[in-house]
Parts: sequence; C-alpha cells; structure tokens
Amino acid sequence: MTKYTDQGKQDTRSGFGAGMTELGRTNPNVVALCADLVGSLKIETFIEENPERFFQVGIAEANMMGIAAGLTIGGKIPFASTFANFATGRVYDQIRQSIAYSDKNVKICASHSGLTLGEDGATHQILEDIGLMKMLPGMTVINPCDFNQTKAATIAIAEHHGPVYLRFGRPKVANFTPVDQKFEIGKALMLNEGTDVTIIATGHLVWEALLAAESLENQGISAEVINIHTIKPLDDKAILDSVKKTGCVVTAEEHNYLGGLGESVARVLATHHPTPQEFVATQDTFGESGTPEQLMEKYGLNNKAIETAVLKVLKRK
Amino acid sequence: MPNTQELQDLVVQVRRDILRMVHNVNSGHPGGSLGCTEFFVALYNEIMELKDGFDMDGIGEDVFFLSNGHISPVFYSVLARRGYFPLDELNTFRLIDSRLQGHPTTHEGLPGVRVASGSLGQGMSVAIGAALAKKLNGDDHLVFSLHGDGELQEGQNWEAIMYAAGNKVDNLIATVDRNGQQIDGSTEDVLPLGNVAEKFRVFGWDVLEIENGNDLEQVIAGLKEAKNRTGKGKPVCIVMTTEMGNGVDFMMGTHAWHGKAPNDEQLATALEQNPETLGDY
Repeated sequence: MTKYTDQGKQDTRSGFGAGMTELGRTNPNVVALCADLVGSLKIETFIEENPERFFQVGIAEANMMGIAAGLTIGGKIPFASTFANFATGRVYDQIRQSIAYSDKNVKICASHSGLTLGEDGATHQILEDIGLMKMLPGMTVINPCDFNQTKAATIAIAEHHGPVYLRFGRPKVANFTPVDQKFEIGKALMLNEGTDVTIIATGHLVWEALLAAESLENQGISAEVINIHTIKPLDDKAILDSVKKTGCVVTAEEHNYLGGLGESVARVLATHHPTPQEFVATQDTFGESGTPEQLMEKYGLNNKAIETAVLKVLKRK
Repeated sequence: MPNTQELQDLVVQVRRDILRMVHNVNSGHPGGSLGCTEFFVALYNEIMELKDGFDMDGIGEDVFFLSNGHISPVFYSVLARRGYFPLDELNTFRLIDSRLQGHPTTHEGLPGVRVASGSLGQGMSVAIGAALAKKLNGDDHLVFSLHGDGELQEGQNWEAIMYAAGNKVDNLIATVDRNGQQIDGSTEDVLPLGNVAEKFRVFGWDVLEIENGNDLEQVIAGLKEAKNRTGKGKPVCIVMTTEMGNGVDFMMGTHAWHGKAPNDEQLATALEQNPETLGDY
C-alpha cells in the first residue's frame, strides 16, 4: 500500500496560523477576528505583521460573528476564529441570519474541535459542530487532517466566495500530507487504493485510517482510504466510485455519529447505491476530561476502532 | 435637496404605503413602521449621502442597517420611493416569490438591503463591522443603524455597545427607537430598560436625544447634529422617542398594533387620516 511518512507531529491549529501568516502577506483584503483566544488560535504572526487588520473582540462571540458579517460589506474577507464550541453552538443564530442567510463571505475558523482538546472536558469539546454547520444552506464545511492540509485549506478558502466553516484541533498529530499541496474544496483525496473495503475519514481520523489500513493489509484485507476534507459539498462521485468497487464502507470522524460525515455518506449511499456501512464516531454522548489518546481510546475513535469496524462491515457484504 | 413640505408629503404617503401593504396580506408590523416613518424619510432623503444605484459594498456612500427588521414596511416603502426598486413591487410584500420578504433579506437580492434582520439584536454588530471596513478602506462615509428599544434586551447589543466605544468606532450613528412598547406590553413592564441614553453614555458613547421622533424637523436636526458629532473618537447614539402607530389615531400609544394588520374598515379610516399626496403604488 501507499506509504505515508509522518514529517513530525504538529497541531492543525498551527497549520491555520501558518495559513493566516501567508494570507496576511499575500491578500490585503483578509482580516482576522478573535474572541480572546489569540494564543490558542496561533495567529500571533498575522497580528504582529498586520495590526490594523486584526480585531480583538473580547469574550463576545455573537458580536464577533456580526462584525465579521459587516466587514464583508466593503470587500473584506474576515476570518473569525475561536474554539469550535463557541464558534458554532453559541452563535448559531448569528451565523444563520447575519452570515449564511445574508450570503456573507465570512470564514468561521474553529480550533479545539472534537474530543482531542483533552483535559478541559465536555464544556470545551464539541461533537455536534459539523452537523450544525452542514445544515446551514450555502455553508461550506471543511475538516482538514493535518498541519499541511490545514494550512493549504486556510489559504484556499480565502479564494472561495461564500461562508465557510473550517474545523481543526489542538493535539499534535502526524503531519503526512505534502507541504505545498493544492487544496481543492469539495474534492476528496484518494490516499490508498484497495479492493475489499472503503474507509472514508476526515480530520484527525485520516491518519488513524491509514494506520488501520496498514494493519488490515497484514491480515490480507485490502482497504481503500479516502480523505474527505470537505464534508459539504461532499464529493459524491469519489464515494460512489469507491464503494461500487469495494462493496462496503467505514466512515471515521471525531464527531457525533448523528449529523456528521457518516450521515452525509449514508445519504449518498442510500440514494444512489445502498451499501453496508459502519460508523466510527462518538455515540450521541458528551466528552469528558482526559488526554487526547485516552479519549480517542475510550470513545472508540482510533485506528483500532476503525479496524474493528472494518472487520464487522466485511461480514455484512 | 427636497424641502420640508415635500418630505412631509412623503411621510404621509409612506404611512399610506405601510397601511396598504400590511392590509393586503393581513400581516406585518404597522406599529413600529408608522412610528419610524419620519426617521426613514429624513435619513434617505435628507441625511445620507447616497450613490445612484445599489452595490453591496457601499464604498463611497453612507450605508444603513435596519436591526429591528420587523418594521420592513417602512423600510421597503422608503427604499422604493427613493428609487431602489420599482414602486409597484410593494404589491408583493410578504407574498410568495417576492423580494419583499416578511423581514428584510439580501437572499432574494432586493436592492437597498445589505444584511438580513428579523432575529433581533444582531444589527449593531453588523453596522460596526461595516464601519470598520470603511475605516480600512479610507472611506469617510458614515454607517447608520436603527434598533428597537425592546431589542436592547438581547445581550449581543451590549457586546456591540462595549466594542464600539472601546474601539472608537466613531463613524457609526446608532439610533434607538424609544417607543416604549414591545409585543407583550410596555418595555418597562416586560423587562425594564430604564434610562437608555444614560446606559449608552456610561458605556462610552456620545448620546443625543430626539424628544419627538414624529416631528420631521426635530428628526432632521437631530440626525444632522449626530453627523456633526462623528469622527471625534466616540460612536454616536440617538435615543429617539417615537409613538408606535403614529399618524393613525386608533393605533397610537398602544402595543396592540405591533404586529397586526387593519381590517377593511380600519384601513379606510386610517387612510382618511393620511390623504394621498404623491400617489399610491
């Protein structure tokens, strides 16, 4: 199978920060907003280099989303950033009315998504944000898998006109995608071709899917691995082409199985090509305190969980 | 620039438009619309510097945001009569396939509208964002906004009020329609707002008051004074006292007509009190 090398563990939020640094130097219309979490979002360099294009709004996320919407009037491209929980659930109505329904070119940039921010616990973890955001008409939803891809996605969404939800996280994870990759919104990436099962993963679970595929290969099972960085719009064709070949699928995400990537994939399959599917996701639960690794293990979100799901779905073919 | 009599004629005609629009679909919000008629007429015909036509970015002109979107009838009437879209389109208010949605939206592409509003409390933040964009663009035009007084019960306003003062957003004039009424009764019964002007002042705004927001000359003078106070390091707030339902005797001084349309007989009476001036749509 295709070999991927971890170039050194890094956090995806730093990929966002690096993307913002580049945008600060290349696109004068890009502005940034943050709600008292500059250090956590890694945008210090952008702020240092472009102080006039940064707006510190304080602990006031509703106001941040409204100001971001207003900044687009006059041609600015606002990147509004905070933790995923406070960037979605807390301000759903502001995003819905002032950004999505108003067709505003705002980029909602959400760090600390999922369980893996760890010790802060469930108040700061969110496992519902993909669902919340993908239900908004016109919203693009992106969940890149590593540092390099998050940086590339950050840069790419500045060129896309329309509201975007960009989701990334805190833990240091394998950085294995190419440094200067081209990021195409809505285009799934084939990471490993296989014939027995399709594993469709997003975010931090992509690396776990590759680890699972490697282990499965040793057991004589050929797993196709697809990186779905864009959950909406979903690359239906890539999914259907793969399952027509393999006949079964496992979806993997750091999100509730309700409302996440898995449900989006299930809709595509149910409509076009009914296929056995297993869901690696949290099971309608809140998170808790713990290290990222402990939480991934306890809530069944790692390579072992993916492997188990594959063995299960293979029996349903 | 129109003289006061022309504007006064427009005020009466806009009141007729409001009444006929809500009557036609037996829904909508006449009370607050009638109360803010002088404000809208003055703003769009005497106060704001506007380009011909409409573009979303509004660079090189003043822009306005209606935060209390339910008073869309007065907004639509004044926009149409200022030439943003055909007057005849007022016939489509709240009907299927219309650009004149119950609450204003950009979604259907109605010229003159720059953000959706209806869910209350969001407009000041948007206005601040637009004001910041003007500063970044070196555009010395102003941003105006209008807010219901009951709407100030939404907490997001106070985030925005703090932000605008703390960050010297001094190219913004936010007007509060202090009619003292909301759906369930008087604002002071439902959730007391107290001294709105003083609250803005202690948050760091420059505040002026228009004692009678249904006196066209007072409104024009107040808005002009507010313009004079921009650019001095503080956002400007106008607390404008109006009468909900103004211009129709049986609608005045009560919250009963906040979101209720007149029947045929009531419409006839209301229109008699506001005789046609510039021609009905």
